[in-house]
Amino acid sequence: MSSRYTFGGDEHIFVEVNEEMSLEAFFKALSMTNAVRNADIRGVTEICPANASFQIKFDPDLIHPDDLMSELKRMEEIADKEEAVLNTRIIEIPVYYQDPWTHETLMRFRERHQDPEATDIEYAARINGYDTVADFIQAHSASPWFVSMVGFVSGLPFLYQMVDRKRQIQVPKYLRPRTDTPRLTVGYGGCFSCIYSVRGAGGYQMFGITPMPIYDPEQKVNYLKDFLVFFKPGDIVKWKPITREEYERNLKEVEANTFSPRIREVVFSLDDFNRDIDGTNAKLLEVLNAG
Amino acid sequence: MPVNVKSAGLATTVQDLGRPGYYHLGIPIGGAMDRLALRAANMLVGNDEGAACLEAVFMGPELEFNEDTLIAITGAELPPKIDGEVRDTWTTLKVKKGQVLSFDYLRAGARAYIAVAGGIETPANLGSRSTYAIGALGGVNGRAIQPGDVLPVGNASVTIAEGTTIPANLRRGPDKPAELRVLPGLYAHRVSERSLDRFFQDTWKVASEADRMGYRFQGGAPIEFVDREPPFGAGSDPSNITDACYPYGSIQIPSGTEPIILHRDAVSGGGYFMVGTVISADMDLIGQLQPHTETRFVKVNMHTALSARRERAAAIENMRQALA
Repeated sequence: MSSRYTFGGDEHIFVEVNEEMSLEAFFKALSMTNAVRNADIRGVTEICPANASFQIKFDPDLIHPDDLMSELKRMEEIADKEEAVLNTRIIEIPVYYQDPWTHETLMRFRERHQDPEATDIEYAARINGYDTVADFIQAHSASPWFVSMVGFVSGLPFLYQMVDRKRQIQVPKYLRPRTDTPRLTVGYGGCFSCIYSVRGAGGYQMFGITPMPIYDPEQKVNYLKDFLVFFKPGDIVKWKPITREEYERNLKEVEANTFSPRIREVVFSLDDFNRDIDGTNAKLLEVLNAG
Repeated sequence: MPVNVKSAGLATTVQDLGRPGYYHLGIPIGGAMDRLALRAANMLVGNDEGAACLEAVFMGPELEFNEDTLIAITGAELPPKIDGEVRDTWTTLKVKKGQVLSFDYLRAGARAYIAVAGGIETPANLGSRSTYAIGALGGVNGRAIQPGDVLPVGNASVTIAEGTTIPANLRRGPDKPAELRVLPGLYAHRVSERSLDRFFQDTWKVASEADRMGYRFQGGAPIEFVDREPPFGAGSDPSNITDACYPYGSIQIPSGTEPIILHRDAVSGGGYFMVGTVISADMDLIGQLQPHTETRFVKVNMHTALSARRERAAAIENMRQALA
């Protein structure tokens, strides 16, 4: 896999590891950005890993763009040799699917949708070959997901489904983006799930809502005291479908600042995963559910 | 010495030189859209060049001062008035306790910078006072200023003589039509050669959706894409890519119709291809473009981009020398 290098003006280098999304491309982008961070190159100011690409921002007064380009290309060799193993964490995120708030919003923007007669999740279930929405929710929530990028706005995670490609859910984005999305909406676009960290514009299909804040600029939420953004690339997520009653209970806990997400440390090996996807996932969930 | 906000203008925000270092989490650098104008305003009142100022867009606020102090207005030609009397832009002005600063209507440009000696000292988040409203960071409680706000101001350190001015030849604003220099790249290979040439030949106009996040343009020919099989994860539209980072100044063209240049409050990534990036030396100019302004994208290479950057640094140095 050979990457494509290009300049984004005189202050950025953009590296496309692969046109296609895959965990291999993600891991390579992650290890290259780690290599750049460890090299501590003078003039590099920001290192931004993405799904299957990454971007480096630099100060051309301190390093010539061509020199940085050559350095980055050398790092690709280092990254290619690196073993794709990650010490990370698995987090359980409660999701109230088909909630009234995203429902109210999606009804307001029906004319921007591919299928104005159906809800977003009904549409997604149908085009992915599921007989019922319940089956679709089962597919969306049964396997773990990989946080392959954090961005767009304030700490929003993009999540990639950890199943083989033929089972991966794919849903187009809205025909025209909405001007509104409820905060903490669980969305879907292309092959990615996401959680809208703040209220605002968005083009992803809306499936449900989580009671769990993932961005707190005031850093008052107990698990966001150290840093205002919850997610980082490489986190693993398991959606947990919840009822309205559970949602309300979680919300009260959030308000009392006693809610704390279920988090367990795990080691993820891409080779092990590729050898046995379902077995690897089962082990991850075992760790999550133990104790 | 606090400043009282009597009226807020259209979208007046506290801005400095921004908060680098968090773009990988979707928190953009932010800060003044026209950084040269912000630096100039600060120089004129004896502040550090990166002190926080107010950035007013199209319409000025009304501010009441509780002590004698120095102020300066730079950037757009938005004539300041002190107790109703019109005063000069790009000039050190004295205001007395109880006097009110207001503004006449906009003559040219889009964003004016209001510096107060000592600098605005609203609380900083992640090392900057810049207002990033989407993420509720900086500014006054993470938002634009509102009537009734009281803005804290720091202690002035240096006294500058009233009437000190930045010579006209050192002020910079967009030409007519505006020209933005662009380094092609990123996903330019998605566009046919003929269509890419056309993109650089056409005259575009700034659309009404033009804000701190990005500037949209209209009026040029739709993009012709090179045929492809959509890559897994990208989406079916020919303008889609597997969601990636967006450079500041990058030009995306969703569905191939209206280019959007991402600016200081950029979304950090998404799924649209980009045709190139506005060079760093011309980013300030974008902040001064009004809707409907005719704009041309001028193709340049890295060598030109770097010399333009040096020229811009020299222009700032010349300002410092002129005021020394």
